[in-house]
Amino acid sequence: MLKYSGELDLVFQALGDPTRRALVDRLAQGPATVSALAAPLPMSLPAVHQHLKVLEASGLIRSEKLGRTRTCHLDLTMLDTAQTWIESRKAMWLRRLDRLDAYLASLPPEEPAPDNRKGTST
Amino acid sequence: MNRTVVHDTFVLERSYPASPARVFGAFADIATKKQWWGPDEFDKDAEHELDFRVGGRETLSGTLPGSGSETFTYDGVYQDIVAGERIVYTYEMTMKGRRISVSVATLEFLPDGDQTRFVITEQGAYLDGLDTSAQREEGTNELLNALGTYLEKAI
Repeated sequence: MLKYSGELDLVFQALGDPTRRALVDRLAQGPATVSALAAPLPMSLPAVHQHLKVLEASGLIRSEKLGRTRTCHLDLTMLDTAQTWIESRKAMWLRRLDRLDAYLASLPPEEPAPDNRKGTST
Repeated sequence: MNRTVVHDTFVLERSYPASPARVFGAFADIATKKQWWGPDEFDKDAEHELDFRVGGRETLSGTLPGSGSETFTYDGVYQDIVAGERIVYTYEMTMKGRRISVSVATLEFLPDGDQTRFVITEQGAYLDGLDTSAQREEGTNELLNALGTYLEKAI
């Protein structure tokens, strides 16, 4: 039904996890080291690394190693503003279509089939 | 300000187990439309008015979610209405007083057995209104939230 380019597929996949969304939320405030990112999370450092790897593969974040510290930051070029806006409008439509579905389902059954109304004017 | 225009067309399609007349009816007056249209991210506490006839306007305005007092507006005009078959409207949106897009939306209600194939085509010129880093970040966060919510439902 709805097709995304490969790049966006990876972004969607990366964001389909609450921990990774929490990491992105944190990085939206500014760059952070891996240990700072891991500190508030109830999981092991390797698990956090795994999530960061998925985010990095999607292009949403970048990281640099300086000495023994790895620092991550959001890369917003992946989510171009216009693209962002367009995608959010699609998402909005999708939610509306779901609600339209629910609304239509709540209506009483229809009486005349549409075909009966056509061609019966004589 | 950086002047940019991005053109985009997207098409969404869905089938509903109802007649085209009934699906069309869900768009045709404000009382009915309000039952399912919103509120959404952008319509929370919004003022919504609808004059459903060719040349009639639909307006929405409100406050951007999570922004305090930043406003958005939606201003549409119905260009073509064929009862039970088609609706074409044009609309522009502004955010924080800047025009961010001008679009044409075409809604088609196609009979398909006892169902309706509903096709939405949106063609837009997306303007530079969002092109500042602060707004960009905000927009991105919003998208991330919207995508997250959508995905949680979809998976």
